Amino acid sequence: MTTLTVPARSEQDASLRPVPWRRMAWVTWRQHRLALGGVAALLGALAMWLWIVGRHLHHAYAAATACHAASSPACADLTSSFNGMYAALANGTALQPVPALIGAFVGAPVLAREMESGTFRYAWTQGFGRWRWALAKLVALAVVVTAAAGAISVLIAWYYQPYFATGNQTLSLTQVSPLTPALFDLHGVAFAAWTLVAFAIGALAGILIRRVVPAIVATLAAYTGLAVAAATLLRQHYLTPLATSSLNVPASAWITSQWWTKGGKFAFTGLPPMQLLQQFCPAPPLGSVTRSKPSSVSLAQCLSRHGYTRWTSYQPASRFWPFQWIEGGWLLALSMLLIAATVWLVRRRAT
Amino acid sequence: MNVVEASGLGKRYGRTWALRDCSLAIPAGHVAALVGPNGAGKTTLLNLAVGLAAPSAGDVTVLGGRPPGSLAALDGIAFVAQDTPLYKNLSAAEMLHLTRNLNRRFDRAAAEARLAELGIPLQRKAGRLSGGQQAQLALTLALARRPRLLVLDEPVAMLDPIARHDFMATVLTAMADDGVSVLLSSHVLAELERVADFLILLSQGHVQVAGEVDDLLASHRVLTGPAAEAAKYAERPVVHVRRAEAQAHLLVRATADDPVPPGWEAHPVGLEELALAYLREPGAAALPGPARRRDAEPSEVTT
Repeated sequence: MTTLTVPARSEQDASLRPVPWRRMAWVTWRQHRLALGGVAALLGALAMWLWIVGRHLHHAYAAATACHAASSPACADLTSSFNGMYAALANGTALQPVPALIGAFVGAPVLAREMESGTFRYAWTQGFGRWRWALAKLVALAVVVTAAAGAISVLIAWYYQPYFATGNQTLSLTQVSPLTPALFDLHGVAFAAWTLVAFAIGALAGILIRRVVPAIVATLAAYTGLAVAAATLLRQHYLTPLATSSLNVPASAWITSQWWTKGGKFAFTGLPPMQLLQQFCPAPPLGSVTRSKPSSVSLAQCLSRHGYTRWTSYQPASRFWPFQWIEGGWLLALSMLLIAATVWLVRRRAT
Repeated sequence: MNVVEASGLGKRYGRTWALRDCSLAIPAGHVAALVGPNGAGKTTLLNLAVGLAAPSAGDVTVLGGRPPGSLAALDGIAFVAQDTPLYKNLSAAEMLHLTRNLNRRFDRAAAEARLAELGIPLQRKAGRLSGGQQAQLALTLALARRPRLLVLDEPVAMLDPIARHDFMATVLTAMADDGVSVLLSSHVLAELERVADFLILLSQGHVQVAGEVDDLLASHRVLTGPAAEAAKYAERPVVHVRRAEAQAHLLVRATADDPVPPGWEAHPVGLEELALAYLREPGAAALPGPARRRDAEPSEVTT
């Protein structure tokens, strides 16, 4: 065995510099490469699917918009073929759990596995220092998963592009608002921000619960609660909604509520009651020449002829980016807070 | 310099005190053994010393006044926890690389040489090594950090006699070659006789005995005499009474110069015997200096 000389201790102490941060790069990669590989596989499969379905969607859209003589039967076919791809739009909701899955399966085990297997007693007694160890790991992993989510959200934004085009209404192509709750957090900066917050929730759950599987479950539950609360309660209040009595609300707007007045007095919210419709705007008898069902616009026109006014409270599509930055901003702040709390817990957690 | 110094140290989990009113100083250059029954607070004391736990009361410092868990303390202390936790999916070589990245000093050549000597394959996953090999790997990682204090929590509890012997031989070699101070907890008393030169006995969360082994052995005697006369020593500092037929064996606090009563014989005491006697008498204490506690009434054990 090699004999070793003992270095001069006092000199060492005087110039005691911490172990450099960059040393954690290999440590983090080696210990979490399986989780990161899983994320890469998930996002890779997702990207392929988005690319394949998205190309069909874009082709159908390009054909429908390029068609001249919009009223011709050929153009109507192209339009209905694009509108018939509604499944492509509805499939988008399948993307909603992706940030939660990435966050839960990468974030929750970082500390929970150490606690569960007892290896924290190794990791936290090394010269690197335990809170520095936690901070380095969490920040590095957070940056990686956020960047990966950001990259995939560019592809998601491209995928949905045909539905957000402003000219769709005149061509009677399906159009949705980019602010629609089901889609808002899938593109822009929100997707990456939600992934980051899921990761941060996972890290905190890991140190609090100390078991991998319960921490993952808790992360998914907490994330779902937060996402639903943000979509249903919070987001519509980022900026004061606009209100209009016009019946021509652009289809790209996100309508948050509708109500009716008559003679300056509040009448009812949402859809007109059945008895009112039967009184003023009876539906044409079945089997009549005009088979088409009365649209909400024609109903509104009918009711407004009888002195009713429809008010619409909405967020215009032009507010998409301000909303994205507001949501991205508070999610980033929340994530930093959660990661700071996690590191603080690692630092003071008595075992 | 004291490698560990505690005053009034206490640690509470919920409403139970795992360690209470613990005052001790372990000087550098020793193999200090922390002995006590299960639940006596050995692991708690070690966790406090390496900074894994924070005290509920009192103070503890390491390596001459450093707070445990600080970078300066972590740099100089290598800890091998109970059941030697390693990342099971990492190979021995990867564990070396990991530990090297997490520390300022790491003697990779020495570590690899030691693993080769022990016949531990570098490419094997830590989880697939035998218990003895895992313990040796953990010890190798700890020693390669060139610590000033090596803390081992129940290092040999899970090992067979050969692995146990090899493990302790490695510790003693490191101590002799590099001047590493060692603090280890154990309830394998037989092992201690060979390696420990400083003894700390813990019982029910209190420090019962703390001191250099040579001093402790020099200040204790076993008196053997007629059982009928054993009661005469009730006011003497008797630690433990063992009766066998007509004879009684008394472990007393006395030096070789102290007078022996007529009809009695005095013998020196062994470390294992001394430790056992104190462990059987949780009320008795032998502490250096003013921390000395009033001797409790000895109880009798008939054999």
